[in-house]
Amino acid sequence: MKIIPDPGRREFIKIAITATGGLILGFYIPTDSSRLQAPAETNPHLFKPNAWLRLDPDGTTTVIVSRSEMGQGVRTALPMIVAEELEVNWSSVRIEPAIAAQYYGNMTTGGSTSIRESWEPLRQAGATARELLISAAAIIWAVDRSSCRAKQGQVLHLPTGRQLPYGELLATAAELPIPTEAPLKQSEDFTILGRSLARLDSPEKVSGTARFGFDLALPGLQVAMVEHCPVLGGKVAGLDPSAALAVAGVRQVFEIENGVAIVADSPWAALEGRRALRNSGKSAISWDEGEHAALDSESLREMLELKSREEGTTIRREGDIGKALTAATRRLEAIYELPFLAHAPMEPMNCTAVVRPGAAEIWAPTQSPQWAQATVAAALELPRDQVKVHTTLIGGGFGRRLLNDYAVEAAEISRHTGTPIKLLWTREDDIRHDWYRPASYHRVAAALDANNQLTGWKHRVTAPSISQSLNPRWFDPDNPDIVDGARQFPYRTPNLLVDCVIANSAVPVGWWRSVYNSQNAFVNECFMDELAVAAGSDPYQFRLQLLPTDSRLRGVLELVADHTHWGQAAVEGRFRGIACHACFGSYLATVTEISLGRNGEVRVHKVTSALDCGPIVHPDLITAQVEGAVAFALTATLWGEITLEKGRIRESNFSDYRLLTMAEMPEVEVHILPSSAEQGGIGEPGVPPVAPAVCNAIFAATGKRIRKLPVRQVKLD
Amino acid sequence: MPEYSLTVNGKEKTVAVAADTPLLWVLRDELHLTGTKYSCGAGLCGSCTVHLNGEAVRSCVTTIAEADGGSISTIEGLAARKHPLLAAWLSEEVSQCGYCQPGQIMQAAALLAENPNPDDQAITAALTGNLCRCGSYLRIRKAIKLAAGQGGGR
Repeated sequence: MKIIPDPGRREFIKIAITATGGLILGFYIPTDSSRLQAPAETNPHLFKPNAWLRLDPDGTTTVIVSRSEMGQGVRTALPMIVAEELEVNWSSVRIEPAIAAQYYGNMTTGGSTSIRESWEPLRQAGATARELLISAAAIIWAVDRSSCRAKQGQVLHLPTGRQLPYGELLATAAELPIPTEAPLKQSEDFTILGRSLARLDSPEKVSGTARFGFDLALPGLQVAMVEHCPVLGGKVAGLDPSAALAVAGVRQVFEIENGVAIVADSPWAALEGRRALRNSGKSAISWDEGEHAALDSESLREMLELKSREEGTTIRREGDIGKALTAATRRLEAIYELPFLAHAPMEPMNCTAVVRPGAAEIWAPTQSPQWAQATVAAALELPRDQVKVHTTLIGGGFGRRLLNDYAVEAAEISRHTGTPIKLLWTREDDIRHDWYRPASYHRVAAALDANNQLTGWKHRVTAPSISQSLNPRWFDPDNPDIVDGARQFPYRTPNLLVDCVIANSAVPVGWWRSVYNSQNAFVNECFMDELAVAAGSDPYQFRLQLLPTDSRLRGVLELVADHTHWGQAAVEGRFRGIACHACFGSYLATVTEISLGRNGEVRVHKVTSALDCGPIVHPDLITAQVEGAVAFALTATLWGEITLEKGRIRESNFSDYRLLTMAEMPEVEVHILPSSAEQGGIGEPGVPPVAPAVCNAIFAATGKRIRKLPVRQVKLD
Repeated sequence: MPEYSLTVNGKEKTVAVAADTPLLWVLRDELHLTGTKYSCGAGLCGSCTVHLNGEAVRSCVTTIAEADGGSISTIEGLAARKHPLLAAWLSEEVSQCGYCQPGQIMQAAALLAENPNPDDQAITAALTGNLCRCGSYLRIRKAIKLAAGQGGGR
């Protein structure tokens, strides 16, 4: 094994031969650090490849995928990037999920970063491996390497037509120096990238053989559940386990940090054990409800309202907004409010843990295996490298699984029992013990002059800060997370002020698909619609004329207007709304078409989105993400709300936390703007424009402004 | 523990579990058929859908006592007999996270068995109780139509 550091390129390459004659190549290619990056490794000399390949003598190429597959398609898209540059047949490509390790760089699947952070490194990895194999063939043939080409898993000697498959070049390649030059292919030569290839994980997902975390099996596995305190921040005060222990199949009942663990032979026995604890009166578990037992939605809303009047932290200031508002011919003001939301992925939280003295192994459907490793190691007081983390397939993430509270519970329980433990959460556990999308309170004001020009924009965001709540080290007081999407107000105006007040509460908050863009884009785009109406302008034209000429939002707005024939009237009885937003490096514009039922119920018929996310790996994965974002965002727009009473979350299951159904799913059209501009993410950007586009359509239909979500139903006069 | 006999995907099975044990956990834990998923535990989402005597049921709220003596078909059974819905699901690339899909496919199979050529309305009526958080509904509808066109109802 050799390690070749090349400080000039800040790139390290490692080669190793496997026992079966395979060739392993590891690369470290630096990428821009993301906000969601794991805590930095302190030793800069440690080999940290973020791209791994294994080439086997039988011609198989295995790409180690370090990002989590939760439906967005990374286990297809990331290997495509490698395969393109490596010049291998797609049918020879396999994937292997990475075991959590610092040397993979950022493994966290969040912030819509998987493709854009991997695009360059994986292309360079594939190209370097390709050039290495060409060199190996040239040596074997004793020819000039410039007369050789790589194609479809073989190296071809052009003058003679001789061919050698990669599998036969591995031993020679392992002895060679790493090529310093590995040119990337031109996009017009791509044969894999840009095509909607069959997803590698689809066959197992339709046959029922896909193994999610919930499906994990190990010899001697016991099932555990946790009875959490129903009150936020409450603790166990006393426990009488006898009622639960009397249930057949319940083995142990004991207190852990987060509540009471019930360990049983099966999930049903564990559930019965929990029921016994609840039904046996107050004596089974007594809770110390702590200081939040009086908290409710109304007091939280009052707190936000009160906080919104405090002095704010200025985030972006241009011109003089005070003067502009005073001098305005027309001055508009509004308050917008958004609720807490749950993630509610279809697969509830779960984790399998095997803890032995001095070491632990866990299998978790996690979006952040390195954080899982760190938090489990800290909880067990083990060195980090003694915690081995396997990332399973994930049955829906949406940001929930960036936080690994359930993995810590599983590890804690396994340490106590000394047995392999599969911790399962119920749907009720999931809805009531989430890290919620923060509620927020927005004060906006804007100025129009006599010519109906936008002369000022002011947006005060009041909300809990996720980063400050979770880890003060992640919090940047000059650029707090809560203004994401507000700070980047895209329209031209001479006077602008975006400021904010952080308003943390006892409600746990976390990253929810598109994070603060979900709130701030709603405010930007609904209030822009209010301004367009006040200015007597068409909402599309009003936006377009205020976007700078170099804004990538222009292209997508024009594209969506074009495809929806914006200038023409909608079908009788239908009404349209438009909105656009840029986030995570991508640009989206959305038009919704709605109608209203007799009682004001909103029916969304069609959603058309146009997007620019730069160079494309797999068009159908993009389309699927935007379709999914529509369903996710409509659920939130129409019904999504987590409420509190006496310190408890009221909602508990899909009966009271309603998800969009097939009957409510609109037709969705997705148009991708061809673009060679900087690459953006696509997991999240489809979400933010949907809610404002729906509410703007409701205004078009009824003249009523929805300034508070969810819509539920519109009160008609 | 009482004993219960079932025919699961054409094979005779006997299990000894408490009478109120949901069929879901029997399939998953006793018979190791983990294609059938838990998601809500209350018959609200359809992730646990299987066929009991040819009808789509929510296995999370169907007890083993209710299923006793019955014939059960799960996603593994459909896959073993290469039901056209599976190929249609692949053609339309329906799955995102994939967790709800076995339940969706089982619901769709029950529909096609009853109505070999369902229109949009019939599909929606049959499938609207099967939730998908990834929003794959449009593709599910397309895949069902594709399978119907290929004799998926047989």
